Amino acid sequence: MNSVNNPSFSNNRLINWFKLSSPSTFYPVAGKLIPIFWLLTAVFGVAGLWVSFFVAPVDAVQGQGYRIIFIHVPASWMSMFIYLVMAAWAGLGLIFNTRLSAMMAQALAPIGAWMAFLSLWTGAFWGKPMWGTWWVWDARLTSELILLFLYLGFIALQASIDNVRRADKAGAILALVGVVNIPIIYFSVKWWNTLHQGASVSLTKSPAMAQTMLWGMLLMALCFWMYSIAVGLMRVRAIILEREAHTDWVRQLDEVKN
Amino acid sequence: MSALFTIIHRDLLLVMRRKSEVLTALFFFVVVTSLFPLGIGADATLLRKIAPGVLWVAALLSTLLGLHRMFAADYQDGALEQLALAPQSMVLLVTGKIIAHWLVCGLPLVLLAPLIGIQFDLDANSLYVLMLTLLLGTPVLSLLGSIGAALTLGVRGGSVLMSLLILPLYIPVLIFGAGAVYANSVGLDISGHFSLLGALLILALAFIPWVSAAAVKIAIE
Repeated sequence: MNSVNNPSFSNNRLINWFKLSSPSTFYPVAGKLIPIFWLLTAVFGVAGLWVSFFVAPVDAVQGQGYRIIFIHVPASWMSMFIYLVMAAWAGLGLIFNTRLSAMMAQALAPIGAWMAFLSLWTGAFWGKPMWGTWWVWDARLTSELILLFLYLGFIALQASIDNVRRADKAGAILALVGVVNIPIIYFSVKWWNTLHQGASVSLTKSPAMAQTMLWGMLLMALCFWMYSIAVGLMRVRAIILEREAHTDWVRQLDEVKN
Repeated sequence: MSALFTIIHRDLLLVMRRKSEVLTALFFFVVVTSLFPLGIGADATLLRKIAPGVLWVAALLSTLLGLHRMFAADYQDGALEQLALAPQSMVLLVTGKIIAHWLVCGLPLVLLAPLIGIQFDLDANSLYVLMLTLLLGTPVLSLLGSIGAALTLGVRGGSVLMSLLILPLYIPVLIFGAGAVYANSVGLDISGHFSLLGALLILALAFIPWVSAAAVKIAIE
């Protein structure tokens, strides 16, 4: 991807962020960043799994089964955070009419849906030994399920509108309407006293868990971040190729020519 | 303001010219609710317990049936574009269409609910609470539904897609609406449920007409 017809970026040390908003500039940059983020995913993943399986102590109450949180909590965080990022990109696209923002939103949606699914799935595996049931109609579980539906709705809406510009804008409106759900999920354990336990990690008070457990969780969260960014960049590159297939710069790419 | 009434009047007139569509949605509501006692069995205690949920879910579904009519016909014959070109703000016109939809698809459900409720052996107090929750909740359903109706204008498989988009957004209304009737039947305080339903209605009234107007504009661009 070095022979991209794009001199503006290669000899420019000071990155001009606005230039990156053009798909033709962003495409090669994303290509360079993807291996870095995969490497970071692997590093944080190995470290996080090692800490969470071998270093972190067995929980006094919940036994070995608690180790699911090292996947469950990062996945839940990501599912909410990706939705916010997706809605922000979609909103940017709606306001400034930038092509790349809408592509970003479209690229993030399946990752977020996957995270929401993972969060529910691991949550069910947690719930069976701890609560004795796979599923309860608790406020947090229900709102996370709604989040999954919102992701699926966004994907379905974008997929069924043929006109790309209209699909982007319609999706953006839906994404922005759905943002209402995020604070509801996040604060549901505070607002309603239900089965799901309260947050173990918070910015304002010291965490209610052992130091090593916290480290394992944070490392896994970083791993999920890097994974999401890497996959997001890969997906957005594919979307760029698909949408810009008619342009000259895409035709001159090595991977397209061969 | 007169534009608002004109739109409402026009939409109601169109509905009156073709009554079958509205009656279908109402009939659907009655049939679906009547299926539950047949499927579950005529145990009066059980029926009393599930009645609020069944009535609310049936109300959600039958509102959904009428939604595609809100903009689709006007979109196809070009009337929607003419409305967008009108000097009055699109928000006002969309609000008019939402009110017309509620008068046709929401209000009859509120009036029918006690009749169905009796079939489920609800007492007078529960019926009263059920009607009040539907009165507060069905406008929210029409408002939220207008977003889906506008977003899926002219889209392949639009009505199925619309249910996928809108039903998740309906969940809070369902929870608090059916929850109020249930809480009342077990003797709990229901003012909280009503406050939340009222809050949902106020928020929806304040924001959704703008969102729907934007969505309509995107569709006819």
